[in-house]
Amino acid sequence: MIKMKQFTIKGLLSKLGPLIGLLVLCVILSLTTEQFLSYSNFMNILKQASINCFISAGMLIVLITADIDLSVGSNCVLAACVMGVMMKNGIKNSILMMAAALVTGLICGYINGVLLTKLRLPHPFVSTLGMKNVTLGLALIITASTPIGFQNQGVDMVLALGAKTINGFPVSFIFVIIAFIIMHIFLSRSALGREIYCIGGNPEAARLSGINSGRVLRIVYALSGLLTGFAAIILVGRVSSANATAGTTYDTDAIAACIIGGASFMGGKGTMSGTMVGALLIAVIRNGLNLLGAQSDLQYVVIGLVIIIAVFIDVTREAMEKRAQRLATK
Amino acid sequence: MKNMSLQIKPGEVHGLVGENGAGKSTLIKVLTGVHMPDKGEIWVDGVQKKFTKPSDARDAGIACVYQELNIVKLLSITDNIFIGRGIKNKLGLLNYEAMHKEAQNAMCALGHDIDPRRICGNLGMGLQQMIEIGKAIQLNSKLIIMDEPTSLLGEKEVFQLMSTVRKLKEQGVAILFVSHKLEELFEICDRVTVMRDGEHICTKKVSDMTNESLITAMVGRTLDDRFPKEFGVKGECMIRVENLNAGILRNVSFEAYGGQILGFAGLVGAGRTETMRAIFGADPIESGAIYIKGKKANINSPAQAVAQGIAFLTEDRKGQGLILSQAVSINLILASIKKFSKFGMLNNNAIHESSNRSIHSLRIKTPSNNEIAGQLSGGNQQKVVIGKWINTDADIYIFDEPTRGIDVGAKIEVYNIMNSLVKKGKCVIMISSELPEILGMSDRVIVMREGRVMAEIDRGSEHFNQESIMKAGWGGVLV
Repeated sequence: MIKMKQFTIKGLLSKLGPLIGLLVLCVILSLTTEQFLSYSNFMNILKQASINCFISAGMLIVLITADIDLSVGSNCVLAACVMGVMMKNGIKNSILMMAAALVTGLICGYINGVLLTKLRLPHPFVSTLGMKNVTLGLALIITASTPIGFQNQGVDMVLALGAKTINGFPVSFIFVIIAFIIMHIFLSRSALGREIYCIGGNPEAARLSGINSGRVLRIVYALSGLLTGFAAIILVGRVSSANATAGTTYDTDAIAACIIGGASFMGGKGTMSGTMVGALLIAVIRNGLNLLGAQSDLQYVVIGLVIIIAVFIDVTREAMEKRAQRLATK
Repeated sequence: MKNMSLQIKPGEVHGLVGENGAGKSTLIKVLTGVHMPDKGEIWVDGVQKKFTKPSDARDAGIACVYQELNIVKLLSITDNIFIGRGIKNKLGLLNYEAMHKEAQNAMCALGHDIDPRRICGNLGMGLQQMIEIGKAIQLNSKLIIMDEPTSLLGEKEVFQLMSTVRKLKEQGVAILFVSHKLEELFEICDRVTVMRDGEHICTKKVSDMTNESLITAMVGRTLDDRFPKEFGVKGECMIRVENLNAGILRNVSFEAYGGQILGFAGLVGAGRTETMRAIFGADPIESGAIYIKGKKANINSPAQAVAQGIAFLTEDRKGQGLILSQAVSINLILASIKKFSKFGMLNNNAIHESSNRSIHSLRIKTPSNNEIAGQLSGGNQQKVVIGKWINTDADIYIFDEPTRGIDVGAKIEVYNIMNSLVKKGKCVIMISSELPEILGMSDRVIVMREGRVMAEIDRGSEHFNQESIMKAGWGGVLV
């Protein structure tokens, strides 16, 4: 019995690994920089993390099915550019603009799903890589490769989500929290959510159990796309412009957040809370490096290393758990 | 494993039996250097050896042919025989000429004159297994461990394997033959060692043993009947298949009734699994009709088959039956997930109660319904998959090799589950490659060969015996 408890505490510790890493990093940055430990800086981090949080939420469900979505960054940018083009052409109704962004993301995601399940392309790496280029190209075409500014255009309502704060707390992050709670319930308590995990764990067994995996996968990709639409709305508010080249790091940042948070390329695992920690960790690293005066080139190196370390820890942890289980059953 | 002792002589075929979890796999792992023993000694040819890694055992002349073959399907026979080794020339590059020759010699020694350049994935299971044995021969192994070597083979391939084993025996190679099939042990082994609960129970000459005494030693209790067949009341025609063509299938027609077990016999590759996959919507149908309870059914996907009341226990438990990474409770509701959700949300209380009921009624040995399915033993995993299908409350249960690779005690329990389904008026279709099982449990038997139905034999018929079924399976005509 006592042994059991030790195991669970150990398990808990390893599950909390990314969170502990995040806290340790915060302590170090608090000690080494003056500006880090302040309310306004923390709020700044949340603001920076918001876009990645939305995209990561979509990436997570795709990763759970053992697939990958490389098109999220470009989809997000295309959705933002659609809003910009609408505004330029005089459609300044904020509801319409936001709806257009969401629909754009949704359609892009759904196409990804159809390419994978109906055309039976061998791996989502292919279909989403193709879509990544298609949507990026479309974004450049419709904006004539020129960024569109949103300031003083009478569309402040649209910008509010990404730009406004309440007592310094970014509205965008409030939406992130709401989205994450909904997604958490969806993944852990809904039948569809459970089917997503099962398809990731063993697609053939899921199919032969009567689960319509094609339909589930199309929903998964459509949902991932929809979430990039939300990210686009936040993006437009944050930078007040629609720029087709803004999304270059979005794909990898989202994958990194999920993997750091405990998701696996093999599918079948990953949680919203872990993904949140992963996304925050990346935001804190970027923020800290900025405060330390490091350039963005170094940020790439550091984040790359963090991903490698996180996966290494995860792999080691799993091997140890397996060994512990083997010993326990002996 | 506790205090296990085992002695194998050169040129001896030594059987090793025991229920799942008896410690056979652990013994194999210790002998092949995969696991280190806590205590104890291993002697090879009068020299004490210590295996700390698999290559130590290999160098000492011990090889193992695993149940799940270690064959790289995209590579040639030679590449597989020399996997991880290879003959090198002066430049340090692989000398394929010499390797092909060696590989061919090894395969010839087994009675297979085959081009060693052929790609393994295109060869049958039996030949792939021969390649593994060829690897052992090329290594000059003194002891070859064969772990459930016949479980993936058809009758003909088993026959070939047996003659190969006899050949190896003549050459003085010792063989440790691990099997669940008692008939094979009596056919091939000189002595048999029985293990139970990690301990050595007995080692005896086969001539001094009987089926019953062997089973008694294995389970520690008397199993007075290996096939506890009970009869249900023949009901309506649950499923009628007419002139089904799909893949290798040619005009397959049959009927199956409620309250009965319909056995499907035939060699591996005869099209039995293919027939069931086509009916279940897992593979596309080219032509033919399927009638469920008299009504024409249009089944294009497993989801539609489940909706029509068909359950399909696949032969590949781990690959197609279970989500190993998910809890037992989730696996149990996998095929009936809609019953446990309202407005798309899962009812965890209902899942908890239902899975506990299944665990209790099917006697699944698991610490809790939260245990990860991958942690259970083979027999208990199989019961989880059966529980998954019983939860769908289907009318037609297709069981493909339901007792493969599970121990004797669990087999009996699976038979009893089939009995109870039949008594409830359900229709059970059972594919099995073990003739005693077919004869022991079926009310009627369909024999297939090369995608066609060859014979249909009632339990009361004079042909309801091993000889007739074998004959039909080999293409003979029953008169």
